[in-house]
Amino acid sequence: MSFIAASPSWLSVSLQLFLIATVVVASQHKIAATAMTITVTCLIPRRCLFALHNGAGQSKYGGMSRTALRILIIDENRIRAAIIEAGLHEAGHTAVTLIHEMTGIARRIAEVSPDVIVIDLENPNRDMLENMFQLSRAVKRPVAMFVDRSDSASIEAAVEAGVSAYVVDGLRKERIKPILDMAISRFNAFSRMARELEEARSELEDRKVIDRAKGILMKSRKLSEADAYALLRKTAMNQNRKLAEIARSLVTAAGLLGDDA
Amino acid sequence: MTETRFEISAGFLPLLDSSLLVVAREKGFAGDEGVALHLARETSWANVRDRIAVGHFQVAHMLAPMPIACNLGLTPLAATTVVPMALGLGGNAVTVSNRLWAELTTHGAAGDLAPRATGEALKAVVAQRAGKPPLRFAVVHPHSGHNYELRYWLAACGIDPDRDIEIVILPPPLMADALGSGALDGFCAGEPWNTAAVLLGHGRIATVKAKIWRSSPEKVLGADARWAEANPEALAALLRALYRSAQWCAEPVNHPELAAILSAPGYVDRPAEWMLPALSGILRAGPETTVGVEDFFVPQAKAATFPWKSHALWFYSQMVRWSQVAHSAENAAVVRETYRPDLYRAALKPLGVALPGANAKVEGALAAATPVGSAGASLTLGPDGFFDGSLFDPDELDSYIAGQRDAFAR
Repeated sequence: MSFIAASPSWLSVSLQLFLIATVVVASQHKIAATAMTITVTCLIPRRCLFALHNGAGQSKYGGMSRTALRILIIDENRIRAAIIEAGLHEAGHTAVTLIHEMTGIARRIAEVSPDVIVIDLENPNRDMLENMFQLSRAVKRPVAMFVDRSDSASIEAAVEAGVSAYVVDGLRKERIKPILDMAISRFNAFSRMARELEEARSELEDRKVIDRAKGILMKSRKLSEADAYALLRKTAMNQNRKLAEIARSLVTAAGLLGDDA
Repeated sequence: MTETRFEISAGFLPLLDSSLLVVAREKGFAGDEGVALHLARETSWANVRDRIAVGHFQVAHMLAPMPIACNLGLTPLAATTVVPMALGLGGNAVTVSNRLWAELTTHGAAGDLAPRATGEALKAVVAQRAGKPPLRFAVVHPHSGHNYELRYWLAACGIDPDRDIEIVILPPPLMADALGSGALDGFCAGEPWNTAAVLLGHGRIATVKAKIWRSSPEKVLGADARWAEANPEALAALLRALYRSAQWCAEPVNHPELAAILSAPGYVDRPAEWMLPALSGILRAGPETTVGVEDFFVPQAKAATFPWKSHALWFYSQMVRWSQVAHSAENAAVVRETYRPDLYRAALKPLGVALPGANAKVEGALAAATPVGSAGASLTLGPDGFFDGSLFDPDELDSYIAGQRDAFAR
């Protein structure tokens, strides 16, 4: 698994966890489901904003205080959530909560009473959550918006990576932007790793199917392994197709004809 | 195949009424117009909105009220969105749990999907439950035809949707399971999700959009206004492709193929049998019951793809009614400008097809199919009645809004 070594070193904290889960996921053949796009949604309850404006329990300079922001991560992908959590811890945020289950989400949000909420873009409940943010007392009717609508490059980078943010009008951009930037880079890194993992997996599968195709040829055409491989490669070159594709059709055909080796 | 002149990316949600976009691509109508149409399935309307805003999509399959909500500033990160075309009429239903259905039948619901009798039965059930937790219904989005038609139906039957029942938001693919698990008592959603709930044994279709407001708007093509402005030829080519697609979708002989196309993993990704009831209008209302519904889903006839400004204004009247936005002349003007019949006519004129002469009409005025003024070819509209017999005259917006505000004496 050499591709792991190429990953940025700052991911090392989460890497252990990632690998463990990888084994689990791969064994269920579900790795293709890993996310490519994610959104981070940040929103700040009015109550918190009120506190900020009044300086209650806060430094006068909101950006300096690192104890205040309670951050909730809602992501059904535990690995990705853990990577974000690690990043937030490194950035000095200690009040981070993860939620992986959508059941009873309204009550959980009310309990956690978060200042910022992080959500992945693939979550099919985004419409429900947005509606809740706008109406529910659980989140005190935040004016959910991007950090700064004028910062279109940042917004695009965010949605590209899968990250967007809800922020109450008037909250200091400086406090939210580092969280968003961190999430963008970590979501991107996660997608990259997932992609590399997927490539590695399909390479492994290709190799297996080529081996089976060789076996079929060796048996049916009485060829040596080297000759069987050469025949597959020649066929692939003649048809301008991938070796694995040729092997796959051969295995399928052999299966249909009932002489699968 | 024509040479590709335009690259267009469109977002959609896995619903039956994504048909026009899906077929435009799969049957080559987009290609014939020189449009390379890239379709991306999304998991939420919020994603569709965000991706239009950042330019990933130029157009998208949208809930008809969504572009209005965007332009009124009711949603985060909304780009100015125009509606140059609708994607059909009707297609939704209200499905209730088996338990609630049993109660409704004891109060006179007959199973023929009639909104009045079913609604009155529901009112009786609600009254009986006084003191217990309210019945919980789900819709797919606060700014959706589903939300407004459910509320319209309930209110017209004397049920206050904000006090007598609870309405929550849930993605359509989760509706059937939520009904089965008892988390929901009912929902209003598009197809195939009502059929799914019935076939899985979780519920019973109680009434349908086509009977609450016949020939009523549901999904539209939303286009990024900046892109539409800068690329009128690309937009026109896409609209022509979608019109051809609508014609193809409307042919009953094509329905089995359409169902098969939609059932593919990249689209709705559910069995083809789930698509057929909505296409034929012969609904599986219950496990042993089928009910034929006229105009259940209309992809093309009756100017089904025309973006009527009166449709936009009716949705706006409901946004005001349910306190999502305050009524003002400025807001009404924004709404009128959101739907763009001028773009529709400009694009389709070369096809010589029927183009309505008016931009708006009195909704609910046609008791029967009626020939109307049109250019290009003859056109028949209606019937289009609201089940309670009321009319919506877009020229009398203020009094309509005032009248419905009085309904619950808010």
